Amino acid sequence: MQRVLWSGLIVLLYLFLLAPILVVFVVSFDTRNYLAFPPESWSFGSYAKVFRNAAFISSFGRSVVIGLAVSLAAVTMGTLLSLALVRWKFRGREAISFLVLAPFLVPHIVLAVGIMLVLAPLGLLDSYRGIILAHLGITVPYTVRTITMSLMAVDRRVEEAAMVHGAAPLTVFRRITLPLIRPGLIAGGVIAFLISFDEATISLFIVSVKTSTLPTEIYNYLEISTDPQIAALSVILILISIAVVIAVERLVGLRKAL
Amino acid sequence: MSATAYPAECPAGRNRLIVLMLLVPGLLALLCTFLLPMAWLARASLSAGGMTAFGSELTLANYRAALTDPFYWQVGLNTLWLGVTVSVFAVLLGYPIALFLARTQSRWRGVLTALAVAPLLTSAVVRTYGWMVLLGDRGVINSTLAALSLTDAPIRLSNNSLGANIALIEILMPYAILAMLAGFGRLNPALEEAAAMLGANRLRVFWRIILPLSLPGVLTGALLVFVLAISSFVTPRLMGGGRVFVLGTEIYSEATVTLNWPLAAALAMILLGIFSTVIVLYQRALRGLEG
Repeated sequence: MQRVLWSGLIVLLYLFLLAPILVVFVVSFDTRNYLAFPPESWSFGSYAKVFRNAAFISSFGRSVVIGLAVSLAAVTMGTLLSLALVRWKFRGREAISFLVLAPFLVPHIVLAVGIMLVLAPLGLLDSYRGIILAHLGITVPYTVRTITMSLMAVDRRVEEAAMVHGAAPLTVFRRITLPLIRPGLIAGGVIAFLISFDEATISLFIVSVKTSTLPTEIYNYLEISTDPQIAALSVILILISIAVVIAVERLVGLRKAL
Repeated sequence: MSATAYPAECPAGRNRLIVLMLLVPGLLALLCTFLLPMAWLARASLSAGGMTAFGSELTLANYRAALTDPFYWQVGLNTLWLGVTVSVFAVLLGYPIALFLARTQSRWRGVLTALAVAPLLTSAVVRTYGWMVLLGDRGVINSTLAALSLTDAPIRLSNNSLGANIALIEILMPYAILAMLAGFGRLNPALEEAAAMLGANRLRVFWRIILPLSLPGVLTGALLVFVLAISSFVTPRLMGGGRVFVLGTEIYSEATVTLNWPLAAALAMILLGIFSTVIVLYQRALRGLEG
C-alpha cells in the first residue's frame, strides 16, 4: 500500500514537472487564434503560420548566427584560458580562476543592466557585436569548466612522448592535445550555443528591432497575444533541443562530455 | 590519475609570454562583459540625472529614492516572499523525485533522470507559455472545471501572483532536484537497514537517518532556487500580467520603459546585495550543519 502511494506521488510530481511541455504539444495542433483548451479541431495550421511568420523566421536565423558566433568565441577563449590555468603556475592564478567563475555569482538581470550601461555609450545597443559580447561573458565560465575538466584528464606522458620524438609544441597541441580534449570542446560549445540561443533576460535589455533574437521575439509576442502559434514554435524549439542533445550523445557520449 | 604526476610548471622566459598570450583574449572578454559592466553599474547607481545620461557628481539620491518609497519596500518584500514560497515548494516537491532517483534500481534510471531535468533544455519563456495555457481563464484547468460544471466563472489562476508562483516553482524545480541529487550521495542504505533492524519503523528511519543526512543537499537546492527566483523577471512579468511587482520586473521597466537608468542601477545593486547576503548566510548555515 505504502509502495503504491509512493509511486503515485512520484508519477504526480513528474506530471507537474512536465505539464507545461505536454500542454504546449496539445495546443500546438489547435488552429483558433486565441488560447483555449482542448483544441476544437486538430491540424498543422499553427505550424504553417509559424513558417509564414517573417518575424519568427528572421529572429530564428539571427539567434542561430549569434549562438554559433558565441559558441565559437567562447570555446576558443575557454581553451586558451584553461591551458594557462591547468598547465602553468603563475602569480594571480587563483584570482583569475575566481574571476572566470565569478559571472556565475551574479544574477543575469543585474549583469543585464551593467551590460546595457556599457554598450549604450559605445552605440552597440541593438547590434550583433553588442549581443555577442553580452552572451560571451555568461558562456565563457561554462566552456572553461568543461575544457578544464577534459584537460586535467589528459595523460601528459603522451604529449611528452610526442615532444621527445621531435614534434614542435604547436604540433603536439594540434595532433595530440586537441583530439584528446575534443569531448570537452564539443560539450562546452553545445552548452554555450544553447545558453545563447535560450537567453532572454540580458537580450531583452539590449536588443530592439534590428537584432531581436527568437526568445525576445517570443517574449514580446506573449505580452500581447497567447495564440497557438507560440505553442507550435515552442514544439519546434523543444525538438531542436532534443536533436542537439542526441547528436552530442552520439558524437561524444553525454556522460563523458558533461 | 596520471595527470597529477605532472604538476603545473612555473613559466620562465619565453614561456611567460606564452602564458600571457593564452590569458589575454579571455581576460579581455571578461573585462568587457563582466568587470566593466559591474563597475559601471555601481557607478551609475551613484549618478544623478534620472535619465539615460548622467553627470559626473556622486550622489546617494537613487538609493534614497528607492529606500524611502513605500512602493519599493513593498516590491522588496514581494521579491523575498516570492523567493521563500518558490524555494520551499520547489524543494518540497522536488525532494521525493530526487530521493526516488537516488535509490531506484530501475534500468530506466537514466531516462527518468533525463526526464526530470529535461525542462532545463527548454527556454523559461516557452515553459511560462505552457503555464499560461494551463492556468489561463480559458486554459486547461478552468476549461476542465467548467466542463464538469464545478465552477460558474473561471478561477483567477493567472495574471496574479499565484500564477507567477506556480510557474516559477515548476520552472526552478529541476535545479532543486539536481542539487539535492548531488547531495544525496551521502545517503547510505546500510545505515537505514541497521536502524530498521534495531526496530525503527519507516517514518523513524526517514526522520532520524535520511532527512538529517540529506539536509545539506536540501539547503543547496533551496539556495539555488531562492537566488534564481528573486532575480527572475520573465515569468513574474508574463504570468503576473503586469500586476506582480518584484525587483526583477521593476528593474526592467525602469531600464526600458521609464528610462531612469540610475534608478534601475540602484535597484540592481540592491538585488545584488540581497543575493550576496543570502549566499553568505547559506555558507554559514552549511558550516553549522557540517561542523
